[in-house]
Amino acid sequence: MGFEPIKILYSLLSLFIIFNIGMLINGITRKIGARVGRRHGIRFYQPYIDLVKNYALRSNITHGIMFYLGPVFRLTGGIGVYLFVPAIYGSEYFGNFSFAGDLVLITYFIFFGTLGMALGAGEGGHPYSAIGISRGLAQVTAAEIPLVIAFLGAAIQYQSLSVTEMVALQQGGIQNWTMVTNPLLTAVALIAYLGTMMRSPFDIVLAPQEIPIGPPTEYHSTFLGVLQTNRAIFPMAKTVLFMNVFFGGATNWGVLILKVFLIYMWSVFVGVVFPRFRVDHSIRWFYKYALPLGLVALAATSLLIK
Amino acid sequence: MKALIERLEKKFRVTDPVMQRADETFFTVDKADAVALITHLREREGFTHLSFLTAVDWLEDGKFQLTYLLNNNAMKADVGVRVFLDRERPVMESVHHLWKQAATYQRELKEMFGIDFPGSPRIDEPFILEGWHDIPPYRRDFDTKKYSEETYFPRPGRTTHDPADYMKQKLYPEE
Amino acid sequence: MSSKDLEKRRVTGPDGEQFDVDPMQDYFCQERPKEHEPANRIWESFLNWARAESLWILGYGTGCGAIEMRPLMTPRFDAYRYGIQWRPTPRQSNVLVIGGYLSVKTLKRVIRSYEQMQGPKYVVALGSCTINGGMYWDSYNTINRLDKYLPVDIYITGCMPRPESLLAGFEALKKLIREGKGEGQNLYARNFDEYKANQKKIIRDWDMPDYNW
Repeated sequence: MGFEPIKILYSLLSLFIIFNIGMLINGITRKIGARVGRRHGIRFYQPYIDLVKNYALRSNITHGIMFYLGPVFRLTGGIGVYLFVPAIYGSEYFGNFSFAGDLVLITYFIFFGTLGMALGAGEGGHPYSAIGISRGLAQVTAAEIPLVIAFLGAAIQYQSLSVTEMVALQQGGIQNWTMVTNPLLTAVALIAYLGTMMRSPFDIVLAPQEIPIGPPTEYHSTFLGVLQTNRAIFPMAKTVLFMNVFFGGATNWGVLILKVFLIYMWSVFVGVVFPRFRVDHSIRWFYKYALPLGLVALAATSLLIK
Repeated sequence: MKALIERLEKKFRVTDPVMQRADETFFTVDKADAVALITHLREREGFTHLSFLTAVDWLEDGKFQLTYLLNNNAMKADVGVRVFLDRERPVMESVHHLWKQAATYQRELKEMFGIDFPGSPRIDEPFILEGWHDIPPYRRDFDTKKYSEETYFPRPGRTTHDPADYMKQKLYPEE
Repeated sequence: MSSKDLEKRRVTGPDGEQFDVDPMQDYFCQERPKEHEPANRIWESFLNWARAESLWILGYGTGCGAIEMRPLMTPRFDAYRYGIQWRPTPRQSNVLVIGGYLSVKTLKRVIRSYEQMQGPKYVVALGSCTINGGMYWDSYNTINRLDKYLPVDIYITGCMPRPESLLAGFEALKKLIREGKGEGQNLYARNFDEYKANQKKIIRDWDMPDYNW
């Protein structure tokens, strides 16, 4: 497939839509959390106001070049993941650049933002940032292993690294989804998904009550605005990726929103029910349960394909 | 408790015992004997816990009174050891070798009353007041109201009533 | 930290090399605060609306007021529905809530926190203690008027104010911000020398730079 410049515009539009979905889901999630606690909760459009407010702050200070680049890298990671995933399968407009990249590239982008943030927040110099980063990198690395195993399993099953081809093979009803054809692999993927979502029980990185907010401690005004933007895009991009690889993808925005919302709610509900792991607990947990399960799933997939 | 006082009186210059309750006694001891007496109470009589160490400013008598309240957990009893210091030269031997936490009390007393305990750890560091420059604020000749008015920009318009008179006026205006 | 830590000195590194350290130059920025001009009227009023509807609080719990603020997070009062949220770091907050009496020692920390916040920023002071000293008005160690040391936007009276009055106070603050009167940051920058003189008058061991941004 050749490159057409008009695709850039389509991708920007697609990005804009996913950004808004992300913002609204963030707001609605917090609203649900509040309602569970019998509170009225924030207005569902509060994330937008916060975003405008943060971008509109008059003063900001910097700690150096990496401090600038940290949020930029983070946002690049989020956008990068999204742009190489076909948001709407078969759509000429919203296929993004999925023809240009494959799972390996996307996996790299997932980690890219974390690394950039680590460098940037490290230059901020706040001790809480440093603690948050060391915990974050340790935990993300541990969660990344089952994630990669899950993607590898999917690649083996479909004999392809291209997300578009994976979606194509899952078309034609729920019986073709990876969720049904390979439930073990999907389970591993969903466990890894929890680990990368920064929600309880794996939110020790931010740990609001303990190391006030972790890596973004020193980030403020526009920097924080960029991070908030990313917080709308990045989880959505990851969720869309999971939807594509394991849940049959989407052929229109309605299906996409529904599936994304349901997958996202998985991490929310787990977060509401389970208390936070310490970082040594979570790493041990990933190595003890997720990793063996992943290897079994991988072996099963290889046998299945023969 | 009586027996305890009698035993102590044989060895130390103990005066004015006051039986506050059946399980609580206060007495005064000469400054020179104080640390020896406290050590004796701790090592021989089982008063192993220093509940607090505090001071009273007897401005009119020209004296500071230190009170060591010691607790005996086995007897469920307290003794308060009073020591009088000269107000002009308030120096006392430290007891931080008996109880580590005494050093903190002594730092506080140094700051708030100006009572010195030579040899006590970190005795010269500020305890809670940072950069205090006046006479120690808990001394009774320190006029806290005057100091506050001079230093902290009192907001005009504040009136003060004597609570007793004010309530009398409010409740019984006719009288 | 004591003032000794801020003196110029020669330090031996872990590998044995010697180097000079001037903490005031190396660790801090010595710049004065700047005044920030508001944007044009229509745009600014939109931004002010956003600022008013998204108050991020840095709670400074010096006194009993800290206890009265917690109920605002609970289902009964739930300040979140008014766009009031708590942030754990001064960098991300806009509203500094002073919860009660301030001793000289705590005032120093409050000033540092305030100066680290990014503007436009607002100060809400709770209780009579911040207004005129309250029941500590003749104490040797608590300040009487907060507005001599920081630009206060809203005082909330009471000893202590109940959570309802806090909510009313925040609503009043929102109104001020929407009208464009929440310019405490510019006020502070404009009268910087006066504020600093007042602060230094009572904080005798000044061991920090003049402005901590």
